[in-house]
Amino acid sequence: MVSRRFFLKSSGLALVAFGAAPRALVRSVYAAEGGARRQKTLVVVFQRGAMDGLNVVAPYADPIYRRFRPTIALPAPRGGSREAALDLDGYFGLHPSLEPLLPLWKDGTLAAVQAVGSPDPTRSHFDAQDFMESGTPGVKSTEDGWINRHLQCASPAEATPFRAVSLTPTLPRSLAGRAPAVAMNSIREFDLRPSAGPRVASGFEGMYEGAVKDVLHGTGQETFEAIQFLKKSDPSRYAPSAGAEYPRGRYGDSLKQVAQLIKADVGVEVAFTEIGGWDHHAAEGGVQGQLAQRLRELGLSLAAFQKDLGDRMQDVVLVTLTEFGRTVHENGNRGTDHGHASVSLVMGGGVRGGKVQGRWPGLEERSLYEARDLAVTTDFRDLLGELLTRHLGDRDLAQVFPGYAASPSKFPGVMRG
Amino acid sequence: MTTRFRRAAGLILAMALAAPAGIAAARPRPAAPADEEAQIVHALSRLTFGPRPGDVDAVRAIGLEEWISRQLRPERIADGALAPRLASLSTLSLSTAEILRGYDPPPALKKEIQKRRAELGDSASEEDMRKARRDLAAEYKDQMAGPPRKVVEDLQQAKLLRAVYSERQLDEVLVDFWMNHFNVFAGKGQDRYLLTSYERDVVRPHAWGRFEDLLRATAQSPAMLFYLDNWLSTDPNANVDDLRRAMAEENGMRPRRGNATGFGRRRGAASQARPPQGQGKRKAGLNENYAREIMELHTLGVDGGYTQKDVTELARCLTGWTIVGLRQNDPRFVFLDAAHDHGDKVVLGHHIKSNGIKEGEEMIHVLATHPATARFISYKLARRFVADEPPAALVDRAAATFRKTDGDIREVVRTIVTSPEFSAPAYRQAKVKTPFEFVVSAVRASGAEVRDAGPMAQRLAQMGMPLYQQQPPTGYKDTADAWVSTSGLLARLNFALDLAAGRLRGVSMPSRDLPAEQLVPAGLSDTTRKTLAAESNLDPARMAGLILGSPEFQRR
Repeated sequence: MVSRRFFLKSSGLALVAFGAAPRALVRSVYAAEGGARRQKTLVVVFQRGAMDGLNVVAPYADPIYRRFRPTIALPAPRGGSREAALDLDGYFGLHPSLEPLLPLWKDGTLAAVQAVGSPDPTRSHFDAQDFMESGTPGVKSTEDGWINRHLQCASPAEATPFRAVSLTPTLPRSLAGRAPAVAMNSIREFDLRPSAGPRVASGFEGMYEGAVKDVLHGTGQETFEAIQFLKKSDPSRYAPSAGAEYPRGRYGDSLKQVAQLIKADVGVEVAFTEIGGWDHHAAEGGVQGQLAQRLRELGLSLAAFQKDLGDRMQDVVLVTLTEFGRTVHENGNRGTDHGHASVSLVMGGGVRGGKVQGRWPGLEERSLYEARDLAVTTDFRDLLGELLTRHLGDRDLAQVFPGYAASPSKFPGVMRG
Repeated sequence: MTTRFRRAAGLILAMALAAPAGIAAARPRPAAPADEEAQIVHALSRLTFGPRPGDVDAVRAIGLEEWISRQLRPERIADGALAPRLASLSTLSLSTAEILRGYDPPPALKKEIQKRRAELGDSASEEDMRKARRDLAAEYKDQMAGPPRKVVEDLQQAKLLRAVYSERQLDEVLVDFWMNHFNVFAGKGQDRYLLTSYERDVVRPHAWGRFEDLLRATAQSPAMLFYLDNWLSTDPNANVDDLRRAMAEENGMRPRRGNATGFGRRRGAASQARPPQGQGKRKAGLNENYAREIMELHTLGVDGGYTQKDVTELARCLTGWTIVGLRQNDPRFVFLDAAHDHGDKVVLGHHIKSNGIKEGEEMIHVLATHPATARFISYKLARRFVADEPPAALVDRAAATFRKTDGDIREVVRTIVTSPEFSAPAYRQAKVKTPFEFVVSAVRASGAEVRDAGPMAQRLAQMGMPLYQQQPPTGYKDTADAWVSTSGLLARLNFALDLAAGRLRGVSMPSRDLPAEQLVPAGLSDTTRKTLAAESNLDPARMAGLILGSPEFQRR
């Protein structure tokens, strides 16, 4: 028996029906249509700590780049050597740690958008992440996140508890809001102790169902619904496809589980993952160093994810975000300080790949933001707006990004059609 | 920073005000007015890590006011029973030098470990990994006092044991607050070895003192200097050879104790002064990291009115505030004149004349006594003790106390916890516990016996709150929005069930029944009471698990 209560988020602020079709039917609907109406999924990868976009998609051919980064600039490409940048288009080169992604670049399913960022000048990690996740740069009073507002304005009749899922121990700001969203550490652990028995489970349900005036009430409802739903669809039976080797570690694990959920058809529309450790004030390095290590884990994870999903990747778009970029000049410690614009990677079906997208502002002093940082030429809301519109069919960007006129004319053009 | 916290405010305030409705105080005693009992329960829930069996009676016996004023003077509270519980955590009392010598593997061993990891590769089987770990453990046993991880594990366990068992509860609450405010991430390089001294010698001694002293102590602590990179920040025009020479002199000037490197015999040798960990290629240059965070997170708050120019100028003032002796296993703060930017600066409108270490000290004074700092610290304390969105009038009064008393932390805390707002019924049960508060309060409420706090620490990591391992300098959030989530709630329910069933390793439960009034003295809602009544023939362990997992127990 499936109740509607899952759809009635209980904050007391809004009772919005998110559709009442029995979710248990969802999978059979998809199955019956034989993929004719396949679930589109957006996977968001948040790189916390401010990734240095200039050493990830590096303007190696620009002499200013080398001059400002005497010890950490990536060497110009040398015939695919992993001791140098990997050439992308004769001007930009990919960090060699991302070599596992090079095949995707070549087959046109991976794109990079240079000089993405937020117009807000803050160089505080905390504020910049907050602004990027709320989707309202400069406005601190926004209560919900951009992903949640997308869920609010486009609500399919057959939404499942896993329509929005975050592979994190706590719910990220991007997903906060009145539309239901699930946070989970891991699929395997997402269950009440079986040894406690059904009466304990129903006891908890009763207590949280009754606590209607409490913010914990809604979370309790979502939790119990999601547990039951997950049991039925049992995503853990999906082992990674042949050839998909996720690197050991938390990040690879979380992407692996996103793939499991997608393959189990639990109705994932947006999945959120995060990877930290990009704040390289010291020993960032060039081909080797701390950035290289983080990129290796990221690159292997993304490549494994793509392999794992195989044909399903047609329906998936993955985008990386980071709160800001880093200074064009390296600092005194083979690192970089807080800057402005960075780079986003976009991969998946329908992506106009194999190309560095976005307008390149250049590194000349007059082009720099506050005379020190890469300027933002693609507002992150235009990039996300394009993905929401062209991939997920969102038709109300004004609600997703209030106070911002996102429009196709400003989209970076990273999606075909 | 105020406006940022207002974001979740609407929701949280609504829920804060709604929560007490329908919650009756448990078993009001005829001898005392019901509200006195409720006030005691409330004070215990905010100034301790949750009431233990018998605590309410004990506070009533001495009087609430008296109990609060005793908690405000923790050094006068006897706490003798705690020490034996910490006895096996042998690294707690070691100096940083002793910790580094005993637990930081020497370069040769490190190399060997890296080599073995590389050989294993990314796709080693679980079994190979286990064997590698066993070999490694044996290696450490032979060559070291213990594995590197023991240092942080001791800290985690001590933090949990103190929170559960110390009689100086408010002291532990406040130390937790400051450790979070001045967060240092154990996972960053050598910091795992520096945190023991940081908590013991930097934060604890100043937790109740003047804020400026606490701020200066953190600014000059190797742990913070390392974590936020200030130790690497130099005048961009400094001569690298001069720098090396100056560091060598600093290293050689002090007689070495138990010197394993032999450095003292070659004092002044520039080649010995290279900083560790690949910093050999270091060149001169500014690093803004600490200068930004000291203003944004430690003092003024992000809305405290500073600019990027102020960040850069403050970073220049703080050049030369560095660490020497890291490689010699004896890190300590020094001011290195050769690394200092000797130009004049303007920070926050203050003209700072070239004056060596005094520039940084002057700026620490300016920041510590800035009205925005008084406000920001008061706001955060009021948020910890009163509500996610603390009443503005209370924050104003606490900030006034801060300014009037020259930043006397004890007096600011006193203003908050003796205020009418603190005990106002509207704020009772208004805070959602963090995972740390939840885990500790569950153990305290049930009267469980902790033999090994390690498994509790592991559970906290799964709940998204690994102790001493918050990477960003913001520390953990203290508001409900950060901790209310499906996986977070599920982890709490499972913890409650495991603890009550005696299935949490290292913790044993008392055999007796645990009545709801003991576990949740603040009282249960009608719904919860009815639900429990319907399941009243469940065994006591499951019953206790249900109560510890109830919505009411998630609050304080």
